[in-house]
Amino acid sequence: MPYRVHCMVCAGTGCVSNRSLDVRDALEKELRKRGLEHEVQIVTTGCNGFCAVGPLMVVQPDGIFYQQLTTKDVPQLVEEHFVKGRPVQRLMYTPPEAPAPIPKMSDIPFFKHQRLIALRNRGLVDPEKIEDYIARDGYQALVKALTQMTPDEIIEEITRAGLRGRGGAGFPTGVKWRKVREARGEPKYIICNGDEGDPGAFMDRSIFESDPHSVIEGMLIGARAIGARYGVVYIRNEYPLALERIQIAIQQAREYGLLGENILDSGLDFDISVTRGAGAFVCGEETALIASVEGRLGDPRARPPYPAESGLWGKPTCINNVETWANVPPIILNGWEWYSQIGTERSKGTKVFSLVGKVRNTGLVEVPMGITLRQLIYDIGGGIPGDKKFKAVQTGGPSGGCIPAGMMDQPIEYVAPDGKHEARDYLDLPIDYESLTEVGSMMGSGGLVVMDEDTCMVDVARFFLAFTQDESCGACAPCREGTKLMLDILTRITQGHGTMDDLRALEEIGWVVKQTSLCGLGKTAPNPVLTTLKYFRDEYIAHIEAHKCPAHVCRELNTYRIDPVICVERGHGCGVCRRECPEKAIFGEKNQPHRIDTTKCKKCGVCVDVCHFNAVIVE
Amino acid sequence: MPKLKIEDLARMREEARRATMLREGAGRVKIIVHLGTCGIAAGGRNIMAAVLREIEERNLHDVLVTTSGCAGLCSREPMMTVEVLGQAPVKYVDLTEGKVKEIFAEHVMGGKIAERYALAVGSERAM
Repeated sequence: MPYRVHCMVCAGTGCVSNRSLDVRDALEKELRKRGLEHEVQIVTTGCNGFCAVGPLMVVQPDGIFYQQLTTKDVPQLVEEHFVKGRPVQRLMYTPPEAPAPIPKMSDIPFFKHQRLIALRNRGLVDPEKIEDYIARDGYQALVKALTQMTPDEIIEEITRAGLRGRGGAGFPTGVKWRKVREARGEPKYIICNGDEGDPGAFMDRSIFESDPHSVIEGMLIGARAIGARYGVVYIRNEYPLALERIQIAIQQAREYGLLGENILDSGLDFDISVTRGAGAFVCGEETALIASVEGRLGDPRARPPYPAESGLWGKPTCINNVETWANVPPIILNGWEWYSQIGTERSKGTKVFSLVGKVRNTGLVEVPMGITLRQLIYDIGGGIPGDKKFKAVQTGGPSGGCIPAGMMDQPIEYVAPDGKHEARDYLDLPIDYESLTEVGSMMGSGGLVVMDEDTCMVDVARFFLAFTQDESCGACAPCREGTKLMLDILTRITQGHGTMDDLRALEEIGWVVKQTSLCGLGKTAPNPVLTTLKYFRDEYIAHIEAHKCPAHVCRELNTYRIDPVICVERGHGCGVCRRECPEKAIFGEKNQPHRIDTTKCKKCGVCVDVCHFNAVIVE
Repeated sequence: MPKLKIEDLARMREEARRATMLREGAGRVKIIVHLGTCGIAAGGRNIMAAVLREIEERNLHDVLVTTSGCAGLCSREPMMTVEVLGQAPVKYVDLTEGKVKEIFAEHVMGGKIAERYALAVGSERAM
């Protein structure tokens, strides 16, 4: 008997951590108990994207979206929905301020505004079954590329589509492919860069986890276009699930003869091996990555020559990011006209972002290029939780910059690439490669960290610089010494020992590191510092001159006191702060106001955390 | 596993598509079997099984089957609603497995309402 219901249980890393596999097992057991195992099919899928409300499950064909499931919910769910046909409201998603739950996934604002190309199969296929991918037109683009198109036509299609590298730099993919095709040297190589290292970014990981065959098919089409014989998928070892799924997918493709010799009787020979990275951030840089694949230390080298001429083992190498490869099959299948309609004039198609930080709907989203930050953060992200004010958004990870919300209602000047000044509101800034570069940030691989009023921008700059400083390989002096110097200055400022001269020094060193570093890591490392200095200079000055951290994040600059009225009237001098203070710096009797001895206080902030009555005031 | 040829890939796609089309939520016909307490007590589960059997025997892949609760006419259960895309839904009452077979032949396949078993065409107005 055919199944009448498919339960698409999310088994992305986020939901698995929240025990979605236990929910799946409970569901299986309950369905068997009710004799429904032949009517209801359970499918484990890759990341659905709405990680904030996981573990989640979509019931098809009705498209009912269930969220925050636990094994305890399963018996009721099966009884009501699958036996009696009554979807369970209690387990549906209700947006804040909405009067009632939204049953259908397609009606939920988080999903409604998205456009899926790279993630077209997410939640619809079991990533460990090649048949599921084939059912969704999988490998049909390969057939088209092998039977109806010459290599030049494939490259032309990708070029005209306007696809640009999704790893962050935005180099036109077709141009790169042509260079590798025309380069001398055999054999040619293809590399899939899955060394996603930005804190808070999980785009590539999710593509591997939810639809690994789309990457393989993209690489196969690339192999046909440039004449490559071998491919390498470079993936971080910290991504066990992604690693497992791409390995399974490669194995299945081999079994079906979609990898190997004479693929689909076309004469194309191509195979893929997997190299695991040890998690060094610099290995995301292409020359360092190639060194790592060759078994050497992951150090970058000066370019030119670019990998297109001399890459892996000194041979012409085409290296693209995971998301770029996943975009290739739909372009070939649907044509460049279709693809180039989506997006802006210079940035075509869609971009996958991991939306994290102080935003309600954290998760993985794919949106058309040109969408504004406001739409992304408010319409899809659901805004800032807890009535806090939106302060800034950080794009591009440690290499990117912070774009402020402070100028939200006040249009500001910026220089357009054609040199004309144009007034534009930052939040309404369209997301494309150029716009983000113009405001001092970058597209990056797609990490988007939203910050609210409780975020200290100096501390953010320090955090990202500490990351890049730690990950700097040390091969070139500007990056090795420059990031260290800048980190020292930033640390000093957050501790209240900064001077105004430090700001000038930060800018100077920042520009030098940007201009003179060997590779992309150093060239972009100062961005978080330079953008926060530009847009949040007053916060730096408050740290230096007033010795205050406006967001109360830099603890050394805070002073703590207890409001005596709140302490007695609401808390009746409960004394929990006195008991918890590790420095024994708090004094007081029951029913009496407590006070903090500032000479003993080490500013750890425990009193703030433990007080139930918000009587501890941070200044 | 034998190596695939292009024709094999196309065949595999058709087969796999049949099994997964349901996930896209699109179909030519939607059948709702009423499985409230009354429906189940009157034998609705057998009707559900009969519907699924018909789909299997006829090798259909554009028919979606879902369930719903009590439709408010408990005395005429088991009931099911057949909704051909773009047409008004039809409620069938007092069903037996034999009637399901006939309804499939006439309405689902033939597009002609099996009027002798139909209660009404259309649904109540909600809100």
